[in-house]
Amino acid sequence: MAVCVAGVLLAGLLCLLPLVAPAPADWLGGPVDLRRLAPLALLHLCLESLADGMPTPCSRLWRRLAGRAPHPDQPGRRGGSSFFPVLFAGVLMLPPAAAALVAVPAALFGNAARPGPVRRLWNAAQLALAAFAGAVVFHLLGGPRLLLGSRFPAAALGALAAVLVFCLVNGVLVGIVRRLSGSGEPIGGPRALWACLVAALLHGAAGLMVAVLWQGPYGALAVLLALLPLSISAWVSAQTHREQAAHRATVQALVQAVEIKDAYTRGHSERVGRASVLIARQLGMAEDRIRTLHFAGTLHDVGKLAVATELLRRNGPLSEAERHAVEVHPVAGHELVRDLAFLGEARDGILHHHERLDGRGYPDGLAGSRIPEFARIISVADAFDSMTSTRSYRRGRPVDEAVAELGRCAGSQFDPVMVGALVSALDQHGWQVEPPPPGGWDGEVPDIPLGVPEPARRSRGRGAAVPTRGGSS
Amino acid sequence: MSGAAPAALYGAAAGLFVAALAHTVAHGLAEPAVALAFVALIAAGECVRVVLPGDREQAPVGTAAALAYALLGPLRGLPTSHGTLQVVTVAGLGTLAGALLRRLAGRPPGAARARADAAVRRLLTAAFAAVLFQPLYTSGAIDRLPLTGPRYGAFLIAVAALAALCDAALAAVLQRSRTGVRFAAALEDELRSLAGIGSAIVATGMLLSLLAGEVGLWALPLFCSPLLLARAAFRRAAAVRTTTGQTIAALARATEVAGYTTPGHARRVADTACALGRELGLGTRDLALLEYAALMHDIGQLSLVEPVADGATALLPAEEQQRIARLGSEVIRRTGVPRQVWQQVAMLADPGRLPDGRPDRSLPVAARIIRVANAHDDLLTAARSAGLTEVAGRLEALERLRLERGRAYDPVVLDALVRVGGGGPAATVGDGRAAN
Repeated sequence: MAVCVAGVLLAGLLCLLPLVAPAPADWLGGPVDLRRLAPLALLHLCLESLADGMPTPCSRLWRRLAGRAPHPDQPGRRGGSSFFPVLFAGVLMLPPAAAALVAVPAALFGNAARPGPVRRLWNAAQLALAAFAGAVVFHLLGGPRLLLGSRFPAAALGALAAVLVFCLVNGVLVGIVRRLSGSGEPIGGPRALWACLVAALLHGAAGLMVAVLWQGPYGALAVLLALLPLSISAWVSAQTHREQAAHRATVQALVQAVEIKDAYTRGHSERVGRASVLIARQLGMAEDRIRTLHFAGTLHDVGKLAVATELLRRNGPLSEAERHAVEVHPVAGHELVRDLAFLGEARDGILHHHERLDGRGYPDGLAGSRIPEFARIISVADAFDSMTSTRSYRRGRPVDEAVAELGRCAGSQFDPVMVGALVSALDQHGWQVEPPPPGGWDGEVPDIPLGVPEPARRSRGRGAAVPTRGGSS
Repeated sequence: MSGAAPAALYGAAAGLFVAALAHTVAHGLAEPAVALAFVALIAAGECVRVVLPGDREQAPVGTAAALAYALLGPLRGLPTSHGTLQVVTVAGLGTLAGALLRRLAGRPPGAARARADAAVRRLLTAAFAAVLFQPLYTSGAIDRLPLTGPRYGAFLIAVAALAALCDAALAAVLQRSRTGVRFAAALEDELRSLAGIGSAIVATGMLLSLLAGEVGLWALPLFCSPLLLARAAFRRAAAVRTTTGQTIAALARATEVAGYTTPGHARRVADTACALGRELGLGTRDLALLEYAALMHDIGQLSLVEPVADGATALLPAEEQQRIARLGSEVIRRTGVPRQVWQQVAMLADPGRLPDGRPDRSLPVAARIIRVANAHDDLLTAARSAGLTEVAGRLEALERLRLERGRAYDPVVLDALVRVGGGGPAATVGDGRAAN
């Protein structure tokens, strides 16, 4: 791995060599025009931060000079930047070595939120190599001459080739680094690649626009304006990205609302979400459905908001009427999240997570395959976590005992497929049982004894019940 | 009264188009190939729209192309001579052709009124830019000054900026007559949207004319494309905003499902608050934030173990109200809505006065509005459960609020409440009174 990284870094350095040594070939060299190189590098540095929705280095410097507090740290976007128009302009306007240099300052000194020095060096080398390759192709096709003579569409075709080569090299290097760092992050299907390519082409058009305007007589302001549409859209995308993260936070807020009422569930929702995802992965479910399922698992008990706190916390048998009051919770949960379009299938999963395979569950008494898949998954995950987690009135059962219990109820209460998937997932990944917080669970709140028959209650010495908040997850 | 302004604008646009068309038919098209290319681009751009908040629509590519034609001087180094009236003809024909294309393609017609507004704006803005630029160019004044190189670029940028302001003003006039917000508020909204996709459109239009001067008609398809990315970004932003609205509604319902507030309380408070906000001249964006804050103002109650009777927080001691407001603000903060929303909710229960008795000006107007709207709804609910009739309940509620006028409740907001008819469904309809 180290060899590979060193190789790429060395290659990146070699790209910059023609800057100091006389170029051996015509397409490699040409005099470097600092009046083009320096503004482009600076522009790329600033606009890239802006496009990521981060404060630009200029504004950070200004704040430091003005003696004001630095910007509060904001979470940066994962996966580095993808704002290329200035780089493409460099590829089209500069000799290859100089084009490679445009990418370097931003990669080395860009956003503060980026990871460590090796990653920065790698990013710099990756973009430099891609820009170098693109510029070489453009020069080999005689692009600079076509551009100077405004020979369209020939110049545009040359630019297209350069952009495609840039994307190819960049994509290969990204693939390598993903493989090396072993991050199992899915790269995304052909649709994602297609979207990337379209974005790169549009960025290429903007780069070409900058190149044409730069050699025209209209001044620097026009060049800046050429980058405006893309900068704005990149900035809007960054904001959008942040708002999407906020939706996950909203789900958290709803869960938190339940957990305020019903302290025992603390961490339960989170763990059911996790167990559901384990099952779904075994079943080979598509990644976007898994994301929705995770929401469903996390939110499955949100309807407990509608149940009186006293009933949720009652540590004893419930009367028939009280039982009915508690059994309302899937319907209430569905009522709550009904209008959240981004939850999709998750909503039916929440509504039906107390159905039984034999049709004796609630609220609708669905049976067999009429129960939505999400609901069948969640009910297994829910039961499993209820059995294995420690409650105030009993210790959590060991995993193998819980699995045996699930196996016993498979076919009557649970879908055997889901139980099997959970068992094999547990074999592969194990299960982290949440330890009780120091001092024991406060509030002494029992599970609603529905679904799985509760194990015999062992009374446990209640420790000095110091209310501890946020002890879980 | 408020219907006169849009009628005048529509009339002006239609008259202008007919006159320009007649002139073009009488004198023939100058550079027909160029004109045809621009008509085609505008028509194609019509099919690519983006919906902005507040039911406004933009066809970014079409508008940029119309502006580019208005600012088109030389084409690949050779002078053009199309003149102002042909710009209007081309912009109008392109828009009509685009509408036809959409119909042929079987696209949903969308909000017809919003599209007509957008077409009128485009025609008038293009005409405005052309009036500023074309006479100077065709008469040769630009060459005599001389405006060349960077100065020509700066001149075009200035004209484009003026055209953008003109467009914002037109949009504000139309928006005012549609929604009844005040002109200043509508103009503020338009200028805000100008800073977003608006500036991208205007910049692209100006650049297209410059680049067409350098490289010819190839510039049109090539350099419009970055706008497509802008459109995609704004569309996704709009979708995410819809989701934000749904999440907020769900959180607002959470207190009702949990029995902390009476059914429909959050919605009623939000409606009353929005009516008050409109009466007090808030802009669309401020109104949206106010609505969010009003919908979620009771979230803090979720942290209470047992609900307050009837959810009537207005009747709790002040410290408890403040604590609930702060807790709610913490929850709202995590949902990622704009900062103002959770700040408003945090200050909801703060006393409106400083210790020395002067009114506290730092309290956001939204917080003052929501407090009145919330207390009003609590009092109405209490009156209803006491068996009072609707009218008597309203009077009673107003009377109770007036007792605290200038202390807990802002007099300005209370007066607005009286003007909008004491809240309730009748007040939520945007009426002409807000526009005076």
